[in-house]
Amino acid sequence: MQSAPSTRAGSRLCVRCGERKAALKRPKTLEQICRECFYVVFEDEIHRTIVDNCLFKPGERVAIGASGGKDSTVLAYVLSELNNRHKYGLDLFLLSIDEGITGYRDDSLETVKRNEIQYGLPLKIVSYKDLYDWTMDDIVKAIGLKNNCTFCGVFRRQALDRGAALLKVDKIVTGHNADDIAETVLLNILRGDIARLSRCTFITTGEDGPIPRCKPFKYTYEKEIVMYAYFKKLDYFSTECIYSPNAYRGFAREFIKDLERMRPRAILDIITSGENFRISTTTKMPEQGTCERCGYISSQKLCKACVLLDGLNRGLPKLGIGRTTKGGAGADGNGERPGKQKERNRSSLQGKHGNFDF
Amino acid sequence: MHLTLEFGGGLELLLEKSTKVHKVDCQPTMDGSEGGKATMKGLLSWVKSNLIKERPEMFIKGDSVRPGVLVLINDCDWELCGGLDAELEDKDVVVFISTLHGG
Repeated sequence: MQSAPSTRAGSRLCVRCGERKAALKRPKTLEQICRECFYVVFEDEIHRTIVDNCLFKPGERVAIGASGGKDSTVLAYVLSELNNRHKYGLDLFLLSIDEGITGYRDDSLETVKRNEIQYGLPLKIVSYKDLYDWTMDDIVKAIGLKNNCTFCGVFRRQALDRGAALLKVDKIVTGHNADDIAETVLLNILRGDIARLSRCTFITTGEDGPIPRCKPFKYTYEKEIVMYAYFKKLDYFSTECIYSPNAYRGFAREFIKDLERMRPRAILDIITSGENFRISTTTKMPEQGTCERCGYISSQKLCKACVLLDGLNRGLPKLGIGRTTKGGAGADGNGERPGKQKERNRSSLQGKHGNFDF
Repeated sequence: MHLTLEFGGGLELLLEKSTKVHKVDCQPTMDGSEGGKATMKGLLSWVKSNLIKERPEMFIKGDSVRPGVLVLINDCDWELCGGLDAELEDKDVVVFISTLHGG
């Protein structure tokens, strides 16, 4: 190999082992490390997060929310590895939701079925059709593309809880990563949603609800999840939902990525800011109760899913969409899907297509 | 110059027939001439002009890849190779992975 200029790959050594060529610049720390050291620090940081936050107890049954995408695939792989290595003593399951989107969810579920075999984790699939007698294909026919994400987000959160109850698990883990959480903090600030803002940084949510949810990747950067999946050649699915082809253009996500490019630490800093918000004790928070129709957690008489379902079944699908239901409860604080929906409307009103230029 | 380009994480959808791997013969210099240095900046311009069939804004922003798109040169993070100024050599493998797509 000819003598390479200093910027050529392989000319720098890993700052950790000092032996192998650096393969990656960590966004969190800006360290240049090799592939093998990257695996170690990536897995150890997640293990440290799990232990420091007491996410699990020995003997617990834990469902991994599995979409077939990169976050849940890496989560299933890493959690299985750590469970074996550190003897957490967990019974792990894969839990997938089939929204009934032809040409999209059926393909991504094939990925999860392969993961079931590759990782040796039993898979449970719960469908909207089984739970609500409506598929997303049906819902989009009834309501059109606008607002269908609201239905899907509400139904999915509840479906995950119902699936977890069927599996009789003690906890649900989701693959929400640091970038997702920073994005949610920003969205909730922009919407002035105090209730969600106070809990969107919690690593465990829903401890007062049916089944607690944990986010072991709370401090894990999306770049590292993708690099880990790439180096480990993990099998994941990455096509966007056909009913929200522009969802990825959400303004908050683009803003987060622009910030990350300028100052990668900003993602962790936004999470820290979110964690440190203090809500005045005089601020009224929605009270949690249960839906009088299905028993699911709700701060209103009817939970959001039943309101939406009622509208669908009555041929009034837009019932439940709009300002009057603002603040209607979901089970947890992650308002990512509804937030994206609202955010998209807001950005179109601004006429900026959700994009800030610097 | 012969390069192997790979698109993943959903970026392949922007390309013809959603093809992931492309073996190309190109001259990714800024002015396209034979004599200049082949750099990532030139390659991005070439890819945008020759391979991207839809939604180029999902791949390019300004002179660089859109934030959220990761780039590896011979399996090494391009941030360690000089980023836009990274020089390319014959038979290099360049991988682009989007973190922006996803179910």
